[in-house]
Amino acid sequence: MRTLADVRPGESVTVLRLQGQGPVKRRIMDMGITKGTFITVRKLAPLGDPLEINLRNYELSLRKEDAKMIEVE
Amino acid sequence: MSVKIALAGNPNSGKTTIFNALTGSSQHVGNWPGVTVEKKDGRLKGKPDVVIQDLPGIYSLSPYTLEEVVTRNYLVAEKPDTIINIVDASNLERNLYLTTQLLELGIPVVIALNMMDIVRKRGDKIDVSKLQDQLRCPVVETSAVSGDGLQQLINQACELAQLGKASQPQIVFSQRLEKTLAQVGDLLETAGVLKRPELKRWLAVKLFERDEKLLAELHLSDTVRQRLEKMTAECEAELDDDSESIITNERYEYISRLLQQAAKKTLPTGQLSLSDKIDKVVTNRLLALPIFAAVMFVIYYVSITTVGGLLTDWANDGVFGDGWHLFGIGSGAYEAAAEIDPDADPAEFGVWVPGIPVVLENLLAAVNCADWLQSLVLDGIVAGVGAVLGFLPQMMMLFIFLAILEDCGYMARVAFIMDRIFRRFGLSGKSFIPMLVATGCGVPGVMATRTIEKEADRKIAIVTTTFMPCGAKLPIIALIAGALFAESGWVAPICYFIGIAAIIVSGIILKKMRFFAGDPAPFVMELPSYHLPQVKSVLLTMWDRSQSFVKKAGTIILLSTIVIWALSSYNFSMQPTETQDSMLADIGRTVAPVFAPLGWGDQWEAAVGTVTGLIAKENVVSTFGSLYAGLDEVSEDGNEFWAVVAAKYTPLAAFSFMLFNLLCAPCFAAIGAIRREMGSLRWTAFAVGYQCALAYASAMVFYQIGILLNGGTFGLLSAFSLALLAVFLWLLLRPEPKASQNKIQTVFES
Repeated sequence: MRTLADVRPGESVTVLRLQGQGPVKRRIMDMGITKGTFITVRKLAPLGDPLEINLRNYELSLRKEDAKMIEVE
Repeated sequence: MSVKIALAGNPNSGKTTIFNALTGSSQHVGNWPGVTVEKKDGRLKGKPDVVIQDLPGIYSLSPYTLEEVVTRNYLVAEKPDTIINIVDASNLERNLYLTTQLLELGIPVVIALNMMDIVRKRGDKIDVSKLQDQLRCPVVETSAVSGDGLQQLINQACELAQLGKASQPQIVFSQRLEKTLAQVGDLLETAGVLKRPELKRWLAVKLFERDEKLLAELHLSDTVRQRLEKMTAECEAELDDDSESIITNERYEYISRLLQQAAKKTLPTGQLSLSDKIDKVVTNRLLALPIFAAVMFVIYYVSITTVGGLLTDWANDGVFGDGWHLFGIGSGAYEAAAEIDPDADPAEFGVWVPGIPVVLENLLAAVNCADWLQSLVLDGIVAGVGAVLGFLPQMMMLFIFLAILEDCGYMARVAFIMDRIFRRFGLSGKSFIPMLVATGCGVPGVMATRTIEKEADRKIAIVTTTFMPCGAKLPIIALIAGALFAESGWVAPICYFIGIAAIIVSGIILKKMRFFAGDPAPFVMELPSYHLPQVKSVLLTMWDRSQSFVKKAGTIILLSTIVIWALSSYNFSMQPTETQDSMLADIGRTVAPVFAPLGWGDQWEAAVGTVTGLIAKENVVSTFGSLYAGLDEVSEDGNEFWAVVAAKYTPLAAFSFMLFNLLCAPCFAAIGAIRREMGSLRWTAFAVGYQCALAYASAMVFYQIGILLNGGTFGLLSAFSLALLAVFLWLLLRPEPKASQNKIQTVFES
């Protein structure tokens, strides 16, 4: 099972499904990460975390531990 | 008849710019009741009966974050006449997500399609009339920066307000979902819970999502709840997903379909925009931290050391001191003359403006003012006001810089870069800036915590920011270092280290406490496109913050200065006396034993010094000078009486005293700022209480263990200190309590 946390900078993926529940999952979905969303991982922060991703035409910063909840392909 | 227009939109959508443009300087800033969320409202320029209510920048109307809840409650309870939804056209998909929710509230909506200039520059096209048709509400193109479209926007909004027609929800979900929503809506109607029919859609959707806040508010009967749950579960089974996800997915799907028709992009996804190119450097693995250090250095240098420092000196020594040369005319000649004759009178050179104390003194003498009144005015009021206003120039400069950083988008990058370190300590990446600013002055430091989004992190930052040694604490450090440690160079760095340690340790401890578990939301943060900060908005922000500081903090400082002046100028029989026989000194002598475990309980002067330090930390030194050496004026580090101090304190006790003053409650100005940011007296009391407790405990443990290590006898206090240390370590190292993620489920189990 591949998650967004495993994606390397420069790669693009599509979201398969989201783990988790409640506020954490809701926040991630509110920001536009839903089933079928196309995401490009831009880079990692200088200290290795968080990730910067591009989706729906904007840039979002996301912690690795939250990225682990997003299954991709 | 007053019209209420609410401004709602995503963060970084240009909402603040539009708000400023619409209200000008008639803004009123405060906090939403009882929370740390800022509340802004104002009157429409030229039409004072139209109130513009700014709402917090939000991405959605979920029940999970404070900003969203505050906004929802306002929109449903206050029912504004119109909502202006500000949408960042260069970021349309995500912005429209909120729009679809606003349209469900039954309030007329006008969409401001903002930042159209960016869209045009990119070569993208948006079919505004198509958008209008589909969303069934007016859409006005605006470019807040240039002011285009604003007049049209406000005209539309006022028109809609007059018409008073609720917007018809037009967002069409899938058939299956619409069917369930209709069922839920009908259920609500028959159950009699639908007090306001225009909210039917909103309630149906929210209850389908199992919105915990609404469920709690509506007091549905058990039968209704069960039927509701059945409808929801059926739909979830058929669509193979949970209800919240279903709604979110379908919203975005609707938006995709809409944009396929109404918008065309020329920039292929994946290509780098200008902001991306800038970020290649700014958040680059190697360059990010050095660049950040450089930016901070410049800000610090300009606001504290040079420009700000100069202005503060002018304010303190000039306006509130003896006087100053207008535009510097004559100061050169005076300085040259003073080298030859130290008693040269500066008033004889150039254009000399006497300081306020001088003017007042002459004035009061001329009217034969009573001595005590003169003393009250000069030593009490003017000194107090001077203390407040003396800070102002440095703070204004810091505010300007912080506003620029926030406005241009760099702050988000700072949080992005620093997050990894800070989250370990229960702090947000954005906590770093307040800490840094606090090394100059704690007041803007505390105010800078406003940019921290998560409420729990914000509160923790407000409580801990003043642990950093500010400029005013440096004289205390210099005094102790000079009197007892032979001016050793390591004392000051150790104090900064202690400050940092106190912040980190407090962050960890507080984060593990229940009421800081706060929003369980993940750290997800938008990195907005860079744009040139707007002069007008930066100045407005700076002005507003300076104003609120002067007003709120100023009142506290003024009052407390007067109180302390009274306490130190009179004895208990209300006769004027020298400070050592005054009420303050008596109080000091009574209170001093409290500090005995810390090693300086025999020095009532220390207790008095600490209290006067509450007005301005520099006062500790001048109070010592006055009480130990009878000096009216002392140098900054008090070197005139180092010998006296060295005789009265052991190195351990002196360090303990310094430690206590470094960590305990900050000056009244900073406490005022804490009050302003916390928005509640209860939390302010907590903050100050925590700081004093930490200060006391640290100083005591330090002193007692110091005594033990120096061969002292083991006694009750030593035992107590060790026990305290153990408790402290436990608080620090215990495992994190589980955040209650299953709140939603438990509501339904009742």
